[in-house]
Amino acid sequence: MTAAGHDVSLEAQIDQWRRYLSRRQAIHSVDVAELEDHLREQVAVLVDAGLATDEAFLVAVKRMGDLDDLSREFAREHSDRLWKQLVVAPTDSGDARARSRTDAIVAFCFAVAAAVAIKLPSLFGMQLDTDAGFYAHNLSLFVLPLLTGYFVWKRRLDTGTLRWLALAFVVAAVFANVYPFAPEGSTEVLTVLHLPIALWLVVGVAYAGGRWSQVGGRMDFIRFSGELFIYYVLIALGGGVLTGFMAILFQSIGIDIEPFFQSWLLPCGAAGAVVVASWLVESKQSMIENMAPVLTRLFTPFFAVMLVTFLGALLWTGRGIDIERDMLLAFDLLLVVVLGLLLYSVSARDRGSPPGAFDVMQVVLVISALLADAVALGAIAARITEFGFSPNRVAVLGVNLILLVNLAWSTVLYLRFLTGRGSFTRLERWQTNYLPIYAAWAAIVVIVFPPLFGYI
Amino acid sequence: MEINKDLIAASSTPIVLAILAEEDSYGYAILQRVRELSGGRMEWTDGMLYPVLHRLERLGHIEARWEVAESGRRRKYYRITSRGRVQLAEERRQWQAVDATIRGIWQMLSLPVPASHAASAAPVHQGA
Repeated sequence: MTAAGHDVSLEAQIDQWRRYLSRRQAIHSVDVAELEDHLREQVAVLVDAGLATDEAFLVAVKRMGDLDDLSREFAREHSDRLWKQLVVAPTDSGDARARSRTDAIVAFCFAVAAAVAIKLPSLFGMQLDTDAGFYAHNLSLFVLPLLTGYFVWKRRLDTGTLRWLALAFVVAAVFANVYPFAPEGSTEVLTVLHLPIALWLVVGVAYAGGRWSQVGGRMDFIRFSGELFIYYVLIALGGGVLTGFMAILFQSIGIDIEPFFQSWLLPCGAAGAVVVASWLVESKQSMIENMAPVLTRLFTPFFAVMLVTFLGALLWTGRGIDIERDMLLAFDLLLVVVLGLLLYSVSARDRGSPPGAFDVMQVVLVISALLADAVALGAIAARITEFGFSPNRVAVLGVNLILLVNLAWSTVLYLRFLTGRGSFTRLERWQTNYLPIYAAWAAIVVIVFPPLFGYI
Repeated sequence: MEINKDLIAASSTPIVLAILAEEDSYGYAILQRVRELSGGRMEWTDGMLYPVLHRLERLGHIEARWEVAESGRRRKYYRITSRGRVQLAEERRQWQAVDATIRGIWQMLSLPVPASHAASAAPVHQGA
């Protein structure tokens, strides 16, 4: 009877201890589980040695160490868990407020600068509608250097890094403008599409500050990119509603705002919003944090079901994929979406927690995407052997292969993790190490493709 | 004998890696083994082992997996990786260099060492 009573009180005590530990932000539930296992074993050993359970519990807790010290150690090791606060030590609140105000002002200045930059060429007689080609080539060069500038300021980067970042933009500007593209040629379109991708890596280097070489730094950049995208879409939606009302109201007094909208509001707003959205992601992390992972969790099952059904239908009807010109592009986009779903669940996943149902869903999604893509690849290969290489086909094929390799090896790593033969960190490291490859491929398309295919 | 915090922190990596190189293990058992090997002289605060394990895991020196122990509880086991073995060899070289240097210094100073400490320190040197 007493033994049972002791057990109950021990459970209650451990329960209380667990709740107390769970309140620490740096110590996650899996760590609590690990520490609890330790505590229980310690208690059992002490009870075997002749101590009463409550004594044993006290000794075990004491041996575990001071919880403040422990949570500080956890915070130091798992700094990513505190990325919402970004600082481990609590700072003086007045100082923090002043700093966040300066940050807001600087971000606003950079946003205005981006909005001005996009209109600068009109001083030299370049107009958005008449010189669409010029704008298309240089679009990312108007906005991304200023975004990079914001992060250079924010992360206090040294001049050495700054020089490399500037060099990257100069090189990009040269290659974007120096080639004699055939009018409306496909290599020109490819350049326009790939330049921002290559330059996004430059932004990433600035964003990560000195932590680009670390897995954590790159992972934060992946998180940042996703959250930025979501913020940007939200701002664009808001902007759309605003201009809609503006158009209706001014129309009622006989003023047509379309010229103003097209040549001022839209370009300046779109450019400035990139910096504003970045600042929002940085400063309001706790507000929107995990938006990307939440959407990921929501849509991963749907995409998995859709793909499995598609594969089933493919098998059932026995139809081949009808590869039209744009079909492989659609499959590329599908892989990008699947990769995005994978990346954001990876970035938000607690590295230590054991595999669960969602992980299985993720693997189903990735494998079915791989199978669908393999079918499409077979079809495009047939088309290439029939019609030969064109810049578009090679570019689309290249992207497809890069994504395919990434997803295939991710699947292997994921399966290893699910079967307990590998850690999740491996998968994380694979994803973050892969980032430069996308940028390298984009750079190749921008730099090598036009001369290779004769600027067609 | 109290060993200062910095020494404990610095030696935690080779000790944990060496223990896991013997066989896969989990937190509590690793601490037991540390006590055994050091003859009770290395007293770690129990909880502090876990951030160390998580750091080694992040660096890819060890890998973790959850298993259900005989007690029915879920338990996190750690295994040394090939990278971890390389790191262990490297740590060993460095510690041997430090050890040799310090021994040389003690001899040079020829300070009388308290006998009990010198005798009880011997097994550790052989083990390391």
